[in-house]
Amino acid sequence: MIAGLTKGERQLSLAVLTVLALCGLAFAAIGHDDPIGTHGFIILLVAIGLACVVIAGYYAPEPDKEQLSRYYDDPTRAGIVLAMAWAVFGLFFGVWVAALLAWPELTFDAAWSSFGRIRPVHTTGVIFGFGGNALIATSLHVLQRTTRARLPDQFSPWFVLIGYNLFCVLAVSGYFMGLTQSKEYAEAEWYADIWLVIVWVVYFLIYIRTLQRRKEPHIYVANWYYMAFILVVAILHIVNNLAVPVSFGHAKSYSLFSGVQDAMTQWWYGHNAVAFFLTAGFLGMMYYYLPKRAGRPIFSYRLSIISFWGIVFMYMWAGSHHLHYTALPQWVQTLGMTFSVILLVPSWASAGNALATLNGAWGKVRDDATLRFMMVAAVFYGLSTFEGSFMAIRAVNSLSHYTDWTIGHVHAGALGWVAMISFGSIYALVPWMWKRERMYSSKLIEVHFWLALAGTVVYVFSMWNSGIIQGLMWRTYNESGTLAYSFVDSLVAMHPYYIARTFGGLLFLLGALVGCYNIWMTIRQAGGRVVLQGPDVDEPALAPIALQAGE
Amino acid sequence: MELGKRDPVTGRTTTGHEWNGIEELDTPVPRVVLFFLAVATLFSVIYWVLMPAWPLGWTYTKGLLGFSDRAVVAQAVHDAATERGVWTDRIANSDFAQIEADPALMRSVKETGRTLFADNCAVCHGTEGSGGPGFPNLSAKAWLWGGSPDQIAETIRVGINAENPDTRSSQMLAFGRDGILTRPQVNDVVAYVRSLSGLEPGAGSTPERIEAGREVFAANCVACHGDAGKGNHEVGAPDLTDANWLYGSDVQSVFNTVHGGRQGHMPHWQNRLTPVDVKILALYVQSLGGKTP
Repeated sequence: MIAGLTKGERQLSLAVLTVLALCGLAFAAIGHDDPIGTHGFIILLVAIGLACVVIAGYYAPEPDKEQLSRYYDDPTRAGIVLAMAWAVFGLFFGVWVAALLAWPELTFDAAWSSFGRIRPVHTTGVIFGFGGNALIATSLHVLQRTTRARLPDQFSPWFVLIGYNLFCVLAVSGYFMGLTQSKEYAEAEWYADIWLVIVWVVYFLIYIRTLQRRKEPHIYVANWYYMAFILVVAILHIVNNLAVPVSFGHAKSYSLFSGVQDAMTQWWYGHNAVAFFLTAGFLGMMYYYLPKRAGRPIFSYRLSIISFWGIVFMYMWAGSHHLHYTALPQWVQTLGMTFSVILLVPSWASAGNALATLNGAWGKVRDDATLRFMMVAAVFYGLSTFEGSFMAIRAVNSLSHYTDWTIGHVHAGALGWVAMISFGSIYALVPWMWKRERMYSSKLIEVHFWLALAGTVVYVFSMWNSGIIQGLMWRTYNESGTLAYSFVDSLVAMHPYYIARTFGGLLFLLGALVGCYNIWMTIRQAGGRVVLQGPDVDEPALAPIALQAGE
Repeated sequence: MELGKRDPVTGRTTTGHEWNGIEELDTPVPRVVLFFLAVATLFSVIYWVLMPAWPLGWTYTKGLLGFSDRAVVAQAVHDAATERGVWTDRIANSDFAQIEADPALMRSVKETGRTLFADNCAVCHGTEGSGGPGFPNLSAKAWLWGGSPDQIAETIRVGINAENPDTRSSQMLAFGRDGILTRPQVNDVVAYVRSLSGLEPGAGSTPERIEAGREVFAANCVACHGDAGKGNHEVGAPDLTDANWLYGSDVQSVFNTVHGGRQGHMPHWQNRLTPVDVKILALYVQSLGGKTP
């Protein structure tokens, strides 16, 4: 890790870690009677631990010119391992929190394990921990391969990866202590948010600096999606987290917005987090690893382009469909609904573009579970975007809103699309990154695939049933003109579905564990490094590039 | 890679771009995509024309249909109230005896009472009204404050030890902790109280001790619980001779009650439920415990 850094970068690392340690120390000192003090200690420990690593490797020989001319993949390798670790962590808490709804006594009377705390631990663990690390790891890989340029330096990708994971740790440990901004998917408090902004700006700069030095005349569509992901998430994160801390020594802060403006800001953020974090970023992933694995050209360049601009333009308007029939003015709801409906077209165009790319490679889909992961991901992407547009229609939403249908919809997207495209991409990427001919066991990839698919289907079907029953029970009147069912009645009706959902989640978690084992064994595989003959040839990025005629 | 290479599977040419081996076909956008884009856009434009849609500074386009969520909700609430008014007005204007004499009205009371109870009362008293430690069993006919509909309605309205100015108040003193009784006296009276309802005597519960407890009881407890321990609805003192035990009947639980006292709490519902709802609930709760007050 340190051997890859130049002397100057090692010094820069130590300087940054010193500043970080001082910040941690300040928080620990000022906030001794507040959760921010605990976070100060965590920051301090992380900074000291990393500084020890840097110091231990400080006098290692510097990377030579030849090494610096190759693609820089160390952060990608670390990112893959981190993503899988977060996947297991986040999915485990998902199963737990699902089980809590069926068996509430499973908190074991502890405050930290109450529903309100471990639910954001689950969502942050899977979305930001697993999804975010998978996005960072793959984006750095795709960026270099599709620009034929090395990352601009060695320090900033590590800063992004480690800094991002520090954010995730601060967020999750805060929830356990009861810290939250009460904004869904933006629960982390103000200092963690500020830290993420710094990390994110560096991430964006890596992209810009690499693209500037690219040796390909065109920017591949995957990079457009990754760029949209980074840029828009920055905007969303900054605006939605505008808040005033009680003091610099307190973790608590108060949002700049209130009332319906706060709700609208939150769901503008929330829905575009789905759009640009969980959709655009993973579409970037799909546009590289799917055609690569299938060995097929992209079905239509033009479709890629109009889908990209359609998705980017349309999603921005759609957030208000989370607030149908609320205090939000009706005209805002109208805009949210209509743009959500139009949004279906570019969404399906993307899914269709992916599936049509597989024409000529369906035999591979049958035989290769890695490619099948990506194919099923594209199908679930299509399914959940159809469902999303459908549920955005006000009349449908009046039934579906506040019910488990929403949870089912989210998981069709999160398990079926986001996790499956990530697993497929990681299985494609791991042998390339660790210079192995193939994964340790293709049988275990099959096992993972079927566990993941079965888990997703069980989960989504139980939540569809549960949600629609719930929605109907909440709107059924008896002859006296009174609601026929009490809220408790609807909970009793949910119980079997909550058990089924927990079981589905458990299957998905088991699949991820199988995947971890497989990846671990691939990394540790006997025989050491094999000369790579595969499709991901590592040419030195500095090799002379012959431009194609006319470009 | 030459520009415009032909792909053997689809017969299309590529665009000539290539990124680390990934190429793109020059396939035109399929007609069906453009068709659905047009349909979705047309739908949206029509919807914008008909419904409130676009902001115009301080106002917004109202739409040709003049549709307004607020108006729709107000109308729906009004209609529902009118529809329910057919029987709720009769509840409001009748006394309990009149309501109970009307089987059709009682059917509506039972239907509505069930959901009202489950949504407001079941959290403490259980969906069947069977209660739990500290929360009275409403189906046992063991009323603390009386079981007539009027008495139940009043309990719901003002609560017990609640923040309502008319609240029902009751307190079982902490006889042991506050030094009113010595520890042996507490043990004696516990043995006596448990003997009132014929419970298995606990360890050390000798006849002499029960006799001693009788005297302690007569000197300290009868003011609220009555000479025979039958309780008193005026002060919410429970009947000690029946099989119902609000805080448990084992020796330790009864000891805790006598030693540390009890002060149960029920919120008042005066401002949260309408008078009609309170009446419905009173009748429903009474039906849980049978008719005898």
